[in-house]
Amino acid sequence: MTLLRALLVCLVTLVLSSAAVPPSMADDLQDTINALADGSLKDRAEKVDALLATGDPKVVPVLSQLADGNLYVRKADNRVFLTESAGKNFTLTDPVSGEVIPDINKRTLDKIKANNSLRRQIRDGLSLFALNSPDPAKRLEAAETIFKAQDASALPAIEARLAKEQDPEVSAFLEEARAGLVLSSDASESDKLAAIDVLREKGGRQVLSMLTAAAEKGEGAVRDAAERAVVAIERVLAIWEGVQNIWYGLSLGSVLLLASIGLAITFGVMGVINMAHGEMVMIGAYTTFTVQQVIQSTAPGLFDYSLLFAIPIAFLVAGAVGFVLERGIIRFLYGRPLETLLATWGVSLMLQQAVRTIFGPTNKEVSNPSWMSGALDLAGLSLTWNRIWIFFFALAVFGLLFLLLKRTPMGLQMRAVTQNRNMASSLGVRTPWVDAFTFALGSGIAGIAGVALSQIGNVSPNLGQSYIIDSFMVVVFGGVGNLWGTLIGALTLGVANKFLEPFAGAVLGKILVLVFIILFIQKRPRGLFALKGRAVEQ
Amino acid sequence: MSSKITKIAAALALTTSLISASAAFAEDTIKVGILHSLSGTMAISETTLKDAMLMLIDEQNKKGGLLGKKLEAVVVDPASDWPLFTEKARELIDVNKVSAVFGCWTSVSRKSVLPVFEELNSILFYPVQYEGEESQRNVFYTGAAPNQQAIPAVDYLMAEEGVERWVLAGTDYVYPRTTNKILEAYLKAKGVAEEDIMINYTPFGHSDWQTIVSDIKAFGEAGKKTAVVSTINGDANVPFYKELANQGIKAEDIPVVAFSVGEEELAGLDTAPLVGHLAAWNYFQSVESDANAEFIDAWHAFTKNDKRVTNDPMEAHYIGFNMWVKAVEAAGTTDSDAVIDALPGISVPNLTGGYSAMMPNHHITKPVLIGEIQDNGQFDVVYETAGLVPGDAWSDYLPDSAKLISDWRAPLSCGNFNTETKECGGKGN
Repeated sequence: MTLLRALLVCLVTLVLSSAAVPPSMADDLQDTINALADGSLKDRAEKVDALLATGDPKVVPVLSQLADGNLYVRKADNRVFLTESAGKNFTLTDPVSGEVIPDINKRTLDKIKANNSLRRQIRDGLSLFALNSPDPAKRLEAAETIFKAQDASALPAIEARLAKEQDPEVSAFLEEARAGLVLSSDASESDKLAAIDVLREKGGRQVLSMLTAAAEKGEGAVRDAAERAVVAIERVLAIWEGVQNIWYGLSLGSVLLLASIGLAITFGVMGVINMAHGEMVMIGAYTTFTVQQVIQSTAPGLFDYSLLFAIPIAFLVAGAVGFVLERGIIRFLYGRPLETLLATWGVSLMLQQAVRTIFGPTNKEVSNPSWMSGALDLAGLSLTWNRIWIFFFALAVFGLLFLLLKRTPMGLQMRAVTQNRNMASSLGVRTPWVDAFTFALGSGIAGIAGVALSQIGNVSPNLGQSYIIDSFMVVVFGGVGNLWGTLIGALTLGVANKFLEPFAGAVLGKILVLVFIILFIQKRPRGLFALKGRAVEQ
Repeated sequence: MSSKITKIAAALALTTSLISASAAFAEDTIKVGILHSLSGTMAISETTLKDAMLMLIDEQNKKGGLLGKKLEAVVVDPASDWPLFTEKARELIDVNKVSAVFGCWTSVSRKSVLPVFEELNSILFYPVQYEGEESQRNVFYTGAAPNQQAIPAVDYLMAEEGVERWVLAGTDYVYPRTTNKILEAYLKAKGVAEEDIMINYTPFGHSDWQTIVSDIKAFGEAGKKTAVVSTINGDANVPFYKELANQGIKAEDIPVVAFSVGEEELAGLDTAPLVGHLAAWNYFQSVESDANAEFIDAWHAFTKNDKRVTNDPMEAHYIGFNMWVKAVEAAGTTDSDAVIDALPGISVPNLTGGYSAMMPNHHITKPVLIGEIQDNGQFDVVYETAGLVPGDAWSDYLPDSAKLISDWRAPLSCGNFNTETKECGGKGN
């Protein structure tokens, strides 16, 4: 196999510089491609190598389609085609002649299967082709793949490309890929020392394992340099790990904040022990699902913006449910916390079962829009986009809510009613309606949280239950009736959780946080930011 | 206050009685109990099995019933509540007089109902893959034992992917803990070093996977080929796979092989970034066989929804139900003792194009399939064991269990016979 690779490398450089392929070779190519369809997955590896060895650029689409699962064989004559799905049927393209055959029934075709090792083999093999691609992004990707694959036979191809490469970024990557290979080869000491310097600059875990191996095997100056580099890289990694933990903690904290901020209104400000809070979050998530379904069937082009539509709709839907809940049940139970708890818990069960009946018990797929998928690679960190967005979204929701409470007449009335109901009432505030709208606001915010949480977790009827305990924990810890407390409480719990997790494990970490909160509440029964003033005495 | 509570209680009682009374009593039918949660956390998985059982019973009735009588399904809802499982099982056997019960999903629910089946001498068919280490006279295990799922999957990764470093990630309860204990012993026996195994447990419904996924990534960048063996259960899988995809862990680099992720679980996910991650089961919907095509068509027709997927536990019920039918026909009665004696040795077609047989240890023979996730939410079978694998109740890789065997035929009639001390009752039940 290594021999084949070496042969292939020479051929790639040769063929890519030469012009068209003579017709007899085209026939051979057709046969080699058609042979892919025969035999088991194991035999296919050899055939892929044979194709790679032809060095013909025409095998590139064949192999990448094979890796993507789009390569089919026509049952009638065992010819292999590239395919594209067009409605119920396929459009076939002949890999050699480029002839296009539209509208072919799927049943007349068989898929040529690939597995992981085959896909890996294709990826590594094609990276050598891509090394000479005109697109710098592709060359960059190829250099990275070669670096990861650590296949010594790729060295001549890298060096050939390095001599020609104009793009400085690609050059840097190629240098690193070359350094990795030089280090594990039997090159001279000076070459190896230079390679260690290059790798030390790059850093990261994979380099670390390469250098550790080099330090074990090497002698004299090489070993010393490798060991020094290992220490340096480990130090940098440790720092990044700390930064990463803080970010993970903040991100978990922002999720907690989103989940609990609605509760900070209904429970914190109004004092209603609202066990149905989690179900408001769930309603928000299901609203997102419904909005995505509608957009997909009516205007697929708008799909990337589906969340923007979902946010106000989820606010209105969850808010409306909250409004009905307050008017229909909770207003009869003010001042009777135990009964409120039981009644809202009953409502939560009813809402769950209602959703189960309407949407079915299974999970629903809520897709991430493209701008929320993938990760942002920042030096030693990889921050996933969905978490970044949710972090800022949580802060934005918090900020807006804060402004609403402190700067608008409605917020003023809400605060007046919760601080001194009788006084507010005698000043002409219609307290029952303020109650209803406050509760609707809290529920609506929970619905918005559901939109965000649908991006990172399950959308199932049980969604709310997994957040309800955490939400109460945050609100109680932060201090009932204080929005700042909720913010600080959520972020503190998030960071504490993430710093405990690497040492204690996820299960024990969670228990430790709970124990900590219980002890904390013993010391400060009113939470982090206790509410001062007359309201407390009531 | 008290009057209100009484009213609520009365309303609740009324609804429950309505549900259980929906299966009307009639003379001359054979009753079959279905004990699957239709509400609560497990409803997500178990509701499908209830539907599958209703379909199987319906089909059998169209074929003329059993022993000249019609079959009648009695459906109860244990609501994902383990003590309620015990109560509902008792209700099915004592009040409804069912001849056999098909049900349970989690191991804890099975353990809760075991004493009831033993005491009232009835029959339970358990359709889900489980941790093994059990063999009970009244229970027939049609799901996979660890040697029919976990061990072949690990073998595949070693042989085909050349995996040398292992992450065993699971939800913190009995099935993952026992399975991982068996796997750890197996890997060490195969010469894998202690530092090349990372074991990680998470709570039920865990949703923040950032730390664990980045740990896995770091663990996998140590220069040796790494794979994750996942016994993560149910709801926690969706955020786990989303995080894997977002952090850019591709199946070509670090494949994840899962034992609790089937077609049903993938329905809640965009699978495009997950192509190539693996699952080990004894059945996939994508398996090409006539029996399977017929089964899928019947399922779509029965549910009036051609998007509903089929999965492994459904096949287990298909096998278990047909075995029970055959055993009842052979015994000529639905009497528990006669049927329990008739079941071992019965062989029925499975959906993968072969036959599965009930063995004396009350486990069945099955093929083991390894599938890779495709972008359409289905699995492509990439490996299949050469023959059928018989289920092993007691693992050979745990020192305590290695010497135990199970054989419910006379004269042994024992679920945990110790081959060293020659005594029944070495361990477990």
